[in-house]
Amino acid sequence: MNKIVLGVVLGAVLGAFDGLSAWLTPAVRSQIVGIVIGSTVKGIIAGILIGVFARKVHSLALGILFGLAVGLVLAFIIAQLQHGYYFQIMLPGGMVGLIVGYATQKYGSLQTTQRA
Amino acid sequence: MRQLTDKVVARLQADMQSPDLTGTRYRLVRYLARGGMGSVWLVEDTILQRQVALKVLDFVAAADDLAERLLQEARILAGLEHPGIVPVHDVGTLTDGRAFYCMKYVEGRTLAQHITGKSVPDRLRLLERVAEPVDFAHARGFIHRDLKPENIMIGAFGEVLVMDWGLAKVRNIVRNIARQPARPPTEEELTTEAASSATSRATGQGSVLGTPGYMSPEQKRGDEVDHRTDIFSLGALLWFLVAGSSPGEGSAGGVKVPRPLRAICDKAMATDPVARYQSAGEMTADIAHYLEDAPVNAYRENLVERGARLYARHSTAVILVAVYLLMRFLFILFARR
Repeated sequence: MNKIVLGVVLGAVLGAFDGLSAWLTPAVRSQIVGIVIGSTVKGIIAGILIGVFARKVHSLALGILFGLAVGLVLAFIIAQLQHGYYFQIMLPGGMVGLIVGYATQKYGSLQTTQRA
Repeated sequence: MRQLTDKVVARLQADMQSPDLTGTRYRLVRYLARGGMGSVWLVEDTILQRQVALKVLDFVAAADDLAERLLQEARILAGLEHPGIVPVHDVGTLTDGRAFYCMKYVEGRTLAQHITGKSVPDRLRLLERVAEPVDFAHARGFIHRDLKPENIMIGAFGEVLVMDWGLAKVRNIVRNIARQPARPPTEEELTTEAASSATSRATGQGSVLGTPGYMSPEQKRGDEVDHRTDIFSLGALLWFLVAGSSPGEGSAGGVKVPRPLRAICDKAMATDPVARYQSAGEMTADIAHYLEDAPVNAYRENLVERGARLYARHSTAVILVAVYLLMRFLFILFARR
């Protein structure tokens, strides 16, 4: 599995998990479908960006920092749209970015599919 | 009366054995070592102006079988062109009638000297490099039969060389040394196979070749052997590398040998050749698995061991995910309050 695909898969899974955990907050429970979809898309976008970075830059430290930064920025945008819950959204979002950044640097191959 | 010291006696013996290189292209430099049937000398090739090693038979008397054996050893070495096997440059007979062959001079250390201070992974990688020429020889039909730390040299550039093929033979020869008929070989029998058989007779019927501790049970008994006798020796070498003692010396002397490595040793040194690794390549594949923190074929992990190995391999990822889940759990906890 190449680094971009790994980033997308991991970002989507963790993003979906992140979104599902919002069900435990009664105030937003009615919007759970939108939250899960949004969180998953956020995770996928983060995964693509972090995966592309991992293909270009081979540094575990930089990969983790970049992942953390991407996760925080995307989570901030979501929090802005929600007009609140900054801490509850940005902290997990940053963690997801950090995990994806670590995983894409450590695992995943550099192979790409060749065009005929 | 003045008594001679051991050192002086040894020197006199060495001088008596020193080869007469008159009429050859070589010039004697110094004595190097003692082999099973002769001695090894450092000489200078006066034409190519380089130092080489000369292996010379000790005695002219009864030299016919031994000369054939030395020639056989040279032929084996010459036929096995591999970076891990010392190349042979020349063979011949000295003016004093003793047979010799000339090979590359290896300036380095024995395996035992080299591994001092080396980590276990480094030692395992050394064994992988020892197994390469052995596997190469097996593929070409030769068995070493005397693999031991003293016969492994590490050269000046870190190259690993398997030395002293003096006991090597063609594999899969169905001969029992003890039952060898007592007759000289005929001319038509002087093929590689027959020469190997002559080697057996030259060493004495029923005599056991090899080194205790590194010799397989079937070799100790004098039974027919195949390449798996070398697998046994490689297992013994592996034990020596990880435990710091030869297998014959009993336990690991307080050194904790990881179970997968112990299992690899046990499999390589199984009493029944059928239960051993069937090739040196198979054994090194398992060693490579161990070095990569992957499961080894020789050892069946239980769940706890498998979990511990996976954790050791992916500890950072596990910790990151655990921290994330803990954080999520704390959020849920505070959200409910």
